[in-house]
Amino acid sequence: MELLAFGNTGWGDELFYATLMTIAVSITAMLIGFSFAAIFTPLKISKNKLLNFVANSYTTVIRGVPELLVIYLFFFGGTGAVMFVASIFGYNEYIEINAFITGAFAIGIISGAYSTEVFRGAVQSIDKGQFEAAKVLGLSKFAQFFKIILPQVLRLAIPNLSNVWQITLKDTSLISVTGLVEIMRQSYIAAGSTRDPLFFYSFAAVLYLILTYLSMKLINRLEVRYSRGY
Amino acid sequence: MDIELMVTSFPKLLSAAVVTLKLLSVSLIIGLFIGLLFAILRINRNIFINKFAYGYSYVFRGTPLLVQIFIIYFGLGQIEYLRSTFLWVILKEPYWCAIIAFALNTGAYTSEILRSAFQTIKPGIIEAGKSLGLSNKIIFYKIQIPIAIRQSLPAYGNEIILMMKGTSLASTVTLMDLTGVAKYIISTTFKPIEVFIVAGGIYLFMTFIIHNVIKFLEKKYSFSN
Repeated sequence: MELLAFGNTGWGDELFYATLMTIAVSITAMLIGFSFAAIFTPLKISKNKLLNFVANSYTTVIRGVPELLVIYLFFFGGTGAVMFVASIFGYNEYIEINAFITGAFAIGIISGAYSTEVFRGAVQSIDKGQFEAAKVLGLSKFAQFFKIILPQVLRLAIPNLSNVWQITLKDTSLISVTGLVEIMRQSYIAAGSTRDPLFFYSFAAVLYLILTYLSMKLINRLEVRYSRGY
Repeated sequence: MDIELMVTSFPKLLSAAVVTLKLLSVSLIIGLFIGLLFAILRINRNIFINKFAYGYSYVFRGTPLLVQIFIIYFGLGQIEYLRSTFLWVILKEPYWCAIIAFALNTGAYTSEILRSAFQTIKPGIIEAGKSLGLSNKIIFYKIQIPIAIRQSLPAYGNEIILMMKGTSLASTVTLMDLTGVAKYIISTTFKPIEVFIVAGGIYLFMTFIIHNVIKFLEKKYSFSN
């Protein structure tokens, strides 16, 4: 138990901050994923073949390739890409990108592919009459989408988005390979310096279980909120 | 774009894909047995057996696969007692540690898939078996299991693909699977995009094959014919 003490003698505070980091990366990645979904879902349901192809390649490639490989691409490729852009503007020094940003972006792109599929399914299962009714009411395009379609899409999407959230949360453990100090990385450091990997990795497992349990509880409440009237 | 690197790294990545497929198939076979066992425990009426099976699937589905591999590979070696038993022969090999972790992980997901398949079997089918005078054992093996397997094929196909992606974590415990070799080539040449295209292409090809095999099986065992 003294291994988990707060302060300089134990790893309690380090692991606590690492847990906050995991939560921060997961939420950032999920939001990045939503913005990808916001771009690719309309492409997916559009009638244009080319746009369809672009969106389908995104979701197929990302869902068919291991997360770790995508992370390596961003980890090794990210610096190169940024330095290339900087060199166009005449800046040739070495630039190191923040591990948080690289990691959140890599996981975000993965999470976005899953979110896109969820939103596509939800939009397609909304009755056509709802779109027509919104139009007939003379609402603006903006109001049609935000007041009529989106609330229904969210109700249908939340149960599946909760799965995407669980996947995203667990995927953040892979960012530890890039050196970002989240739960997994902190446990690795602690296990290395105390030579007690069994304890620290088991504790990491418990932390993840707590996170998945709490987020399930929270999402269930959201689900109830968005199904008012049903 | 370095085409030459892509051409020279292709055979290396292809032979690493064999390691990936080996890891995948061995862990899927073991995982299927674990999954079937725990699915049967889950539909058991005894509350302790039931809770135990639920706990297993909850823990393995609620924690990242990476943690599970690290606990088995780095953690279990710490227990002095284990080092003196025959289990140590298996547990000191990263290959078997990875397979144990993968099998336990896919076993948890498979048990959920099979459980929901068992529970969606209509009671009328079991009653029909009973009225034919079949014993409970025969009803279970000859009626419930085949229907459950057919029922769970689409979900199990997804699980195979997820597991194939999961085997990439073997590279974190020093195994040179497809991702491991890809990472090695990237870190020695600093050409991530080229290597990603080749390695990702191989993964996509394998996903494509698995997807179509499952589709074929679904058609073959569909209820209509």
